Amino acid sequence: MEFLSDIASLINSTLRISTPLVFAAMAGIFAERSGVIDFSLEGKMLMAAFVAAVGSYYLGNPWLGLLLAIIVCVCLSMLHGFASVTHKGDQVVSCVAINILIIGLTTALAAAWFGQAGLTPTLNEDQRFLEIHLPFSDALRDIPVIGTLYSDILSGHYVFVYLAYLSVPLVFWIVFKTSFGLRLRAVGENPSAVDTAGINVFTMRYKALAINGVLIAFAGAHLSTAVNANFFREMSAGRGYLALAAMIFGKWHPKTALIACLLFGFTDALQIRLQGVELPAIGEIPVQLIQAIPYVLTVVLLAGFVGKAIAPNAIGQPYIKER
Amino acid sequence: MVSPILELTNINKSFGHVQANKNINLKINKGTIHGIIGENGAGKSTLMSIVFGLYQANSGSIKINGKEINLRSPRDSIINGIGMVHQHFMLVENFTVLENIILGFEGETVFGEKLQKAKEDLEKLCQTYNFNIDLDATISDLSVGFRQRVEILKSLYRGAEILILDEPTGVLTPQEVDELFKILRSLKDEGKTIVLITHKLIEIMDLTSEVSVMRQGEMVGHTKTEDTSKEQLAEMMVGRSVLLRVDKKEIKKGETIFKVNNLSVKDDLDVTRVKDVNLEICSGEILGIAGVTGNGQTELLEALSGIRKVESGSIELFGEKISDQNNFLNPRMLKEKGLAHVPEDRQRMGLISDFKAHENLIFGYHDQEPYSKSAILNNKEITEYSNKVMQEYDVRPNSPNLITSNFSGGNQQKIILSRELNENPKVLLVGQPTRGVDIGAIEFIHQRLIDMRDKGAAILLASVELDEILSLSDRIIVMFDGKIVGEKENKNVTDRELGLLMAGVA
Repeated sequence: MEFLSDIASLINSTLRISTPLVFAAMAGIFAERSGVIDFSLEGKMLMAAFVAAVGSYYLGNPWLGLLLAIIVCVCLSMLHGFASVTHKGDQVVSCVAINILIIGLTTALAAAWFGQAGLTPTLNEDQRFLEIHLPFSDALRDIPVIGTLYSDILSGHYVFVYLAYLSVPLVFWIVFKTSFGLRLRAVGENPSAVDTAGINVFTMRYKALAINGVLIAFAGAHLSTAVNANFFREMSAGRGYLALAAMIFGKWHPKTALIACLLFGFTDALQIRLQGVELPAIGEIPVQLIQAIPYVLTVVLLAGFVGKAIAPNAIGQPYIKER
Repeated sequence: MVSPILELTNINKSFGHVQANKNINLKINKGTIHGIIGENGAGKSTLMSIVFGLYQANSGSIKINGKEINLRSPRDSIINGIGMVHQHFMLVENFTVLENIILGFEGETVFGEKLQKAKEDLEKLCQTYNFNIDLDATISDLSVGFRQRVEILKSLYRGAEILILDEPTGVLTPQEVDELFKILRSLKDEGKTIVLITHKLIEIMDLTSEVSVMRQGEMVGHTKTEDTSKEQLAEMMVGRSVLLRVDKKEIKKGETIFKVNNLSVKDDLDVTRVKDVNLEICSGEILGIAGVTGNGQTELLEALSGIRKVESGSIELFGEKISDQNNFLNPRMLKEKGLAHVPEDRQRMGLISDFKAHENLIFGYHDQEPYSKSAILNNKEITEYSNKVMQEYDVRPNSPNLITSNFSGGNQQKIILSRELNENPKVLLVGQPTRGVDIGAIEFIHQRLIDMRDKGAAILLASVELDEILSLSDRIIVMFDGKIVGEKENKNVTDRELGLLMAGVA
């Protein structure tokens, strides 16, 4: 039975750890399907974490913190759009600028407002999201298999975990079953075709970036107002980049991107679980080596382990209407 | 009197300093096929892009059925019954035919009933015009001819009454052109109005009832097609009389000097594009390669000129093996052996567009005397040489210090040609020598190639313009899917025969 509960706790943490990756990957799908590269997922996630933490600290309600984070992230996405869509700047450079700006800005603002560089005050229970225990989860726990599945795996997560996994079918539906999705995919493949169909290419890209901003805000709020009870310096820790890798690995498709996110989440959960465990014949593995697993996996997967990833045809290219 | 279906008055349009359209007036009558002819860069496409709402005119008015309309985007034009088939198709390659057609006109937020209805309507349209298109096929799987039909279908579905086609035959085989013309005639019979933009005189004579001629951004004439001739139109286009035929002496064939044995070549994506090709060229002969774009001609020329690796087989020059899969001579070594190359992509491989004309004129010889001495360029010599050669090749304007990209396509091509012919090569590889080149320059370039042949050079000419192949070549081979599918002496060969070979059906 101990083996089963080990597995259950591993799956449970996989779901939790993958959550920000899933939001970020879905955000990335919107931007990149529209033809705009988004390296700034990392920076926006960090900014969302900061704003959500500060917002709920002052306003006393984590939902209001989330709302503020959404507003700020949409603004950042618009900034990226202004530089790279309207003014046709280099999309990667624009993203790097946003990322660097935010690392500095969050640290400096925390220092100015709370006197500690890159740290916000700890949130109390009213100011943060709490784990949701599904009905009857205690009562059902002792039923074999089903009880474990329901009470130990499905129950007891933050609201973001459920939202993240609900967002995947929603994104799939929007991208593949609606006319907005058709236009979104078309604008990333051949913007001229969209323009000659009488649709404004720039408006489409801004809309995609706005959705991107909303989704990435959830990832940040999850970090600072759910899993943790404050913001700390560089707390996004490369998750934005990891999500981008997952999205590419998933070929810009919500379902496969989800699988990639779960895979990364799983290796992370595994490395936490493996820390300090003595392996027969080898002994204890250095913690740094274990922590490197998800990143090594990323490199290996992206280095062509999964075949050629075919990006949207027009990605990275600003649309120039007149010659 | 019935007002014309489309009337343009005093249209002006500039891009920066370049005025692409100057005071254009044009009337197009309902139910006609109206040709707009002019050389590359004459402003035809710009004008039609304005009518389609893609560009906005700086001034002027557009009337449809006598009513003035304001076209701010293609949507306005589409609503007013204007459809356009662009030279480069506006299709999303990994979408299906259906998705491409409904794009922007889905009629519903979530796909459902309307999608079904669109499908039924489109199937009916396909039947009416005999289009034979599978609506669920992915565009990337369709041939160019079918993609064009998808474009036409797209316009019809969106309710086009005026259909503008921009250089529609450039990428088609003669058979596909016949099919297209049949479709256009039946559309005309239905009462639709067709505007055909082209630089090919023969299409105007074949298809249109009225024609307007543009030159350097201006409208220089309107006439009924039956009242004019090819020669007269050509003169209006160029502004002086031109020779449409090439004068060619009887062939004086020498010995074989260039030989290709069982050559196979792969492209950058590792796909084999040239498959087991054998060919020989004699001194004093022009061998033409006919074929639809993308059937391996590009890769063949690149391998022969030493810029692409040979996968298998070998290439011989004067009986000496110059390339096989293990060894190959680079372009410079080939040049020293008497091989010259006029690449088909002028902008990418033939020139450095940001360089001045005199720099491009000596590029490749820049480290040789008299252009340089002890690694220092001799600008005086270079300028002197440039002045001389630009006069000889009639490069306009004759200013060696002008940036190359500011010359027209034809003059850029002359710059390349002068450089490559300068050393009197024994073997000359030429790709698409007159793509995007105006008629006046075509005449000049063709004459130069014939002169080289008469001087005893072996010339390999790859072109997608069948007329060019037929008028210049002594012998013709046809490439399809990387293979040579036919070889003919150029006597009594018709474009129909070649067309069947080009389509891979013969």
